[in-house]
Amino acid sequence: MKLKLHVWRQKNKSAKGAMVTYDADNISPNMSFLEMLDVVNEGLSNTGEAPIAFDHDCREGICGSCSLMVNGVAHGPQDATTTCQLHMRSFQDGEELYIEPWRAKGFPVLRDLIVDRSAFDRIIQAGGFISVNTGAAQDANAIPVRKLDADEAFNASACIGCGACVAACKNASAMLFVSAKVGQLSLLPQGQPERQERVLNMMSQMQEEGFGNCTNQYECEAVCPKQISSDYIARLNREFISATLAHPNTRK
Amino acid sequence: MKFDAKIPSGPLESKWERHKFDLKLVSPANKRKFEIIVVGSGLAGGSAAATLAELGYNVKCFCFQDSPRRAHSIAAQGGINAAKNYPGDGDSIFRLFYDTIKGGDFRAREANVYRLAQVSGNVIDQCVAQGVPFAREYGGLLDNRSFGGAQVSRTFYARGQTGQQLLLGAYSALSRQIGAGQVKMFPRTEMLDLVVIDGKARGIVVRDLVTGAIESHAAEAVILASGGYGNVFYLSTNAKGSNVTATYRAYKRGAAFGNPCFTQIHPTCIPVKGDYQSKLTLMSESLRNDGRVWVPKAKGDLRAPGEIPESERDYYLERKYPSFGNLAPRDIASRSAKEACDEGHGVGESGFGVYLDFADAIGRLGEGKIRGRYGNLFDMYERITDENPYKMPMRIYPAVHYTMGGLWVDYNLMSTIPGLHVLGEANFSDHGANRLGASALMQGLADGYFVIPYTIANYLASTKLEKVATSHEAFKATEDSCRSRISKLLAVKGSRTVGSFHRELGKIMWDKCGMTRDRQGLQEAIKKIPKLREEFWSDVKIIGGNEELNQSIERAGRVADFLEFGELMCMDALAREESCGGHFRTEFQTPDGEALRDDEKFCHVALWEHEGQPEGPATGHKRHEEALVYENVKLATRSYK
Repeated sequence: MKLKLHVWRQKNKSAKGAMVTYDADNISPNMSFLEMLDVVNEGLSNTGEAPIAFDHDCREGICGSCSLMVNGVAHGPQDATTTCQLHMRSFQDGEELYIEPWRAKGFPVLRDLIVDRSAFDRIIQAGGFISVNTGAAQDANAIPVRKLDADEAFNASACIGCGACVAACKNASAMLFVSAKVGQLSLLPQGQPERQERVLNMMSQMQEEGFGNCTNQYECEAVCPKQISSDYIARLNREFISATLAHPNTRK
Repeated sequence: MKFDAKIPSGPLESKWERHKFDLKLVSPANKRKFEIIVVGSGLAGGSAAATLAELGYNVKCFCFQDSPRRAHSIAAQGGINAAKNYPGDGDSIFRLFYDTIKGGDFRAREANVYRLAQVSGNVIDQCVAQGVPFAREYGGLLDNRSFGGAQVSRTFYARGQTGQQLLLGAYSALSRQIGAGQVKMFPRTEMLDLVVIDGKARGIVVRDLVTGAIESHAAEAVILASGGYGNVFYLSTNAKGSNVTATYRAYKRGAAFGNPCFTQIHPTCIPVKGDYQSKLTLMSESLRNDGRVWVPKAKGDLRAPGEIPESERDYYLERKYPSFGNLAPRDIASRSAKEACDEGHGVGESGFGVYLDFADAIGRLGEGKIRGRYGNLFDMYERITDENPYKMPMRIYPAVHYTMGGLWVDYNLMSTIPGLHVLGEANFSDHGANRLGASALMQGLADGYFVIPYTIANYLASTKLEKVATSHEAFKATEDSCRSRISKLLAVKGSRTVGSFHRELGKIMWDKCGMTRDRQGLQEAIKKIPKLREEFWSDVKIIGGNEELNQSIERAGRVADFLEFGELMCMDALAREESCGGHFRTEFQTPDGEALRDDEKFCHVALWEHEGQPEGPATGHKRHEEALVYENVKLATRSYK
């Protein structure tokens, strides 16, 4: 396959970026999208041009590192698939591809296609946990959990924190991400004691980081590689409202 | 080199309990006076950093990924073992201990492995309390399954994403401590070297991967939990960033490396498809619970699998190992696949593949049930290969997956450098010559949650540690050596990319030090690797400079260390003149092709000592031995027939 790539190049956080065009020749349909970029980078290195920087690590769709907008769609055209698991057979020979980083106020570009997603970590640090010190746990089977709740909690906790939801949203909202963690922990008996403080603290951190609010377009759900349902956003809103009403004075 | 495994005396069952009582404590008021550095944020590093912070120590945690949640533990699929015996099928601490020792082909320490089995239940309790959504039965209690080579159901799991869920549990505990200010987290920061002062580990030198700044951090103790070195083979199931630098640099500073040749080749991975292949993808071993492995009986049979009648198929694992069948341990299943392909029975374009067939299971249980068990794995397989495994058998081939070798540690998880502790895959300790499925997650979390918090206190309480600052000359000297190494790399301005060197090294390692090894091949590799290393240092091409986000520099530093480390692995494989677990020397096998151990000569851990200056390449590697003493199990021939 031969492709024409338009790639966002930006030297560092403060530099001005631009789209640059490259030819990608000798591409096999069996390559993954990132392997295609590897080949392009090998070519760039050989000609003395700086390779395109992009985040990636496990390349099996679970670490959440990879984060590319391909033709305007977070993680590209295939449903329920991270960029690293997207294969070139999803594209046509001769196609032009536009490759950009996540675009959001909360995710500043560090270089080329790499963005800073530490805002997600800070949201988790604000409350995305159950406060249990090591060694303080009771026997695992002393806390039975209804299977349906456990399965539902798992569906939410499958979030890989890639940020595609934010990138896809016109408001750069992080509510699908926040709702996945709030949803998981509020469904489990272990998560009950901190249930209200958790949602309040995480939501307030989310706003501080510059993410917007949900206006029910569900583009986040459409691009989520782990198919986290936007139902969790509804759950999040309910959790948030009930916590706000229960503790009007604890809201930051 | 002085080393002492410090195995407590007394009966196996009470060693850890007694040892914990004998260990010195650090009072709560004193804990806050200590800084501890943790390198790595996976199951071992994340759990250690969180727990030490909960106890009141000041912790600094470093990872090269952009977030601690992305450490490669996240990719573990199958499950985590624990001797809970919830199913009541005859499991016990002793049985888990015995299975792990036997699975490791009697090349691990009894005391360490027993402790691992003892705390395995606590690990599950802790994870559940954190909200890890393990699979459950309809009654609300936890579900267990049997996993690779175990005859009891002791594996806890969360669909095919157990590693992810456990890591997110550890990450949540770590995040809580970061939020509380008790852990200072340094993402996108890579350790370049260890700083040793007065013979003790007192800090590290790191590179900020965004700005390129080289900085020092001082501490009273350093913990390495930086994972394994499978990427020395270039193609492996490891994440692209996984590397040996932290442990190899510590080795050069005086930490002994234990059994570097013990690597695990996982039997069920998606076969290599082209030169551009960047990594290999594992298909969870749990698939072997329902899938049947076979190859055509005829050599070079190119018919589609559906056209090959039952009578013309060789279900070779079931034939050779009737009692374990498709669940034979990883090393055995891998070697059998290689043999079948080497003899010409392999399938797929390259001929390096065997079938993993679910037709029987789908017929017996229905497609829905199989989808429930393995749906995400089947989807992943289809995404990568464009073949539907519900309709036609998967094609699989072994791939490098895990490294049992690592920095040598004593019972307290301390290396031969006082103050340097090593956890998880980065240490050599618990899996012997072969790791059983679902044991890596158990070990990582056991080390981090339940061992190091006790043992490190003893070190801190019983060692005289003057305060040192990063202005100390040792830090300056180490920083300088890191800077000059990078300058040297940048100054080469050669013609070959870092990746091309890595691929070439990987091919040497896979061909000569992979699933099977022999004297001649290893000797060839030991000649070839230094030549390749020389070429690297005279012809590598790195674009850009140090003071920027530069992924070429990151890779170059890692590959430079792999180019030294690969040689050490081959030397270890050459010196170990026996076959055991994942280490198969073709000269040492039984008449029917099974591994032939030599307990007389090799019932020991090989400790390697670096010779020469830490700044330059080694002038030599010296081998020492820690004898393994078995007081509670009888050394037996590992048979799965």
